[in-house]
Amino acid sequence: MSNVLSNEKRGMHELGAEKKVGWDEVTHGVVLHSFEDDATDVAMRKAEDRKYSEFSSYTATVASWRVIKPVYNRDICIDCQNCWVWCPDSSIISRDKQILGIDYDHCKGCGVCVEVCPTNPKSLLMFGEAMSSEDAIAQWPVKEKKEK
Amino acid sequence: MAITSVKNLKEFSTTNERFEGAHLLCPGCAHSMIVRELMNCSDDNLVISTNTGCLEVSTAVYPYTSWDTSWIHIGFENAATAAAGAEAMYKARKRKGTLKNPDAPVKFVAFGGDGSTYDIGFQWLSGAVERGHNFTYICLDNENYANTGGQRSSSTPIGASTTTAPAGRVSYGEKRNKKDMMAIMAANGASYVAQVAPNKWKNMAQAFQKALSIDGPCYINALSACTTEWKFDPKDTINISDLATDSLVFPLYEIIDGTELNITYRPKNVLPVKDYLAAQGRFKHLFKPENAHILEEWQKRVDEKWEYLQRREEARV
Ligand SMILES: Cc1ncc(C[n+]2csc(CCOP(=O)(O)OP(=O)(O)O)c2C)c(N)n1
Ligand code: SF4
Ligand code: SF4
Ligand code: SF4
Ligand SMILES: [Mg+2]
Repeated sequence: MSNVLSNEKRGMHELGAEKKVGWDEVTHGVVLHSFEDDATDVAMRKAEDRKYSEFSSYTATVASWRVIKPVYNRDICIDCQNCWVWCPDSSIISRDKQILGIDYDHCKGCGVCVEVCPTNPKSLLMFGEAMSSEDAIAQWPVKEKKEK
Repeated sequence: MAITSVKNLKEFSTTNERFEGAHLLCPGCAHSMIVRELMNCSDDNLVISTNTGCLEVSTAVYPYTSWDTSWIHIGFENAATAAAGAEAMYKARKRKGTLKNPDAPVKFVAFGGDGSTYDIGFQWLSGAVERGHNFTYICLDNENYANTGGQRSSSTPIGASTTTAPAGRVSYGEKRNKKDMMAIMAANGASYVAQVAPNKWKNMAQAFQKALSIDGPCYINALSACTTEWKFDPKDTINISDLATDSLVFPLYEIIDGTELNITYRPKNVLPVKDYLAAQGRFKHLFKPENAHILEEWQKRVDEKWEYLQRREEARV
């Protein structure tokens, strides 16, 4: 599970910043392969075990869309997976029924994950994009004698 | 057929993601919640067609694709046609023994917006269902032509302000009631039709799995709250969906083989319709005194529909 949180293939390309192609330059009936290998068993593999090709948007980033970002606090989380199921940008990383963290290459900062988090205080909160996770955790609201 | 467990959310979360990030849908867009769940609740090889609309233009921005499966982009009216064509070819090649991998489980799925489903692709959807293709058609119902800037469709509900039916001094917005695609598709001969919403993730996943397992044409109408055109904060997509299902504005039910209607979600506390309307900018003007009759009309229609669904469920006809 070494490179789950920061898979080196992920988010290499700033969307729109390069490889700009006009609509009239695109070959008719073009086929883009999402993977470099035969992908018939892709449903059996996790991101870190897949060979994404440069055409997969997995290799691109939309991080620049964010002005605020969610920060995850492992200490309060009950691994209910609400944030995982409702994230519209596949940006909550979950393995073996546990939340590992946020994929900041693909998160757009919508705040849905914070809204659906049931703990008190919440295990996810929005902070300014420039704030470090450590600083955010340091100023987390105190628990109202609940949860472990 | 390989099926991912959706017994509870922890089990479901062990699935392998097949819809990738860095698509360009708006932050908080429900389209991706629905699509991602469909892809995550099956392990089968999926052949997916998507016609023009927000989903298509945002997930296939050349040179990128967000789809970890076979995916076809086709013109505005033809999601059903493309899925039907692929399914027919697959069957023919299976019969002739020319498939490379004849035993691999394959499912055919089509995604269309409400503009393409209720209006412009209606004829083609009807034809594909009537011909009995083995596929699942999913309408991402955001009640407007979102990708072109929010024009009304025949799914737009009464009183909503859209760019082509704007509210103002002389108008309260959309005059017509939302078209009943569920009834139409059931009457059209669909083996299974279901109305789902992403806030009820399990209900939705079960409907998806049922549709994928049925050998015949299935139609799913999925509520897709649209932060941009409904005018609410992106963080509230699930809250708005909760208001929709719990006020019964968007009741969750299924119809099997055109007759057996089952209500699949009954809210414990039914909320007033105005709570749902008040949460969205597109209905803001309805709260002016001169539009009070539209609010009443809304509640009356929702009550009547719920009564009708309950009676259909009981009568088994
Ligand atoms: C035949 C045709 N007419 C019009 C258009 C322009 N067009 C592209 S997307 C779109 C709106 C799509 O609305 P809907 O199907 O509801 O999908 P949404 O974007 O709301 O998800 C329109 C009108 C087109 N591409 N093709
Ligand atoms: S802010 Fe939105 S995109 Fe980012 S992790 Fe939360 S739900 Fe996903
Ligand atoms: S919603 Fe909150 S408690 Fe649940 S898994 Fe996510 S961070 Fe943890
Ligand atoms: S306009 Fe609406 S449907 Fe289209 S991407 Fe934005 S939120 Fe989603
Ligand atoms: Mg639409």
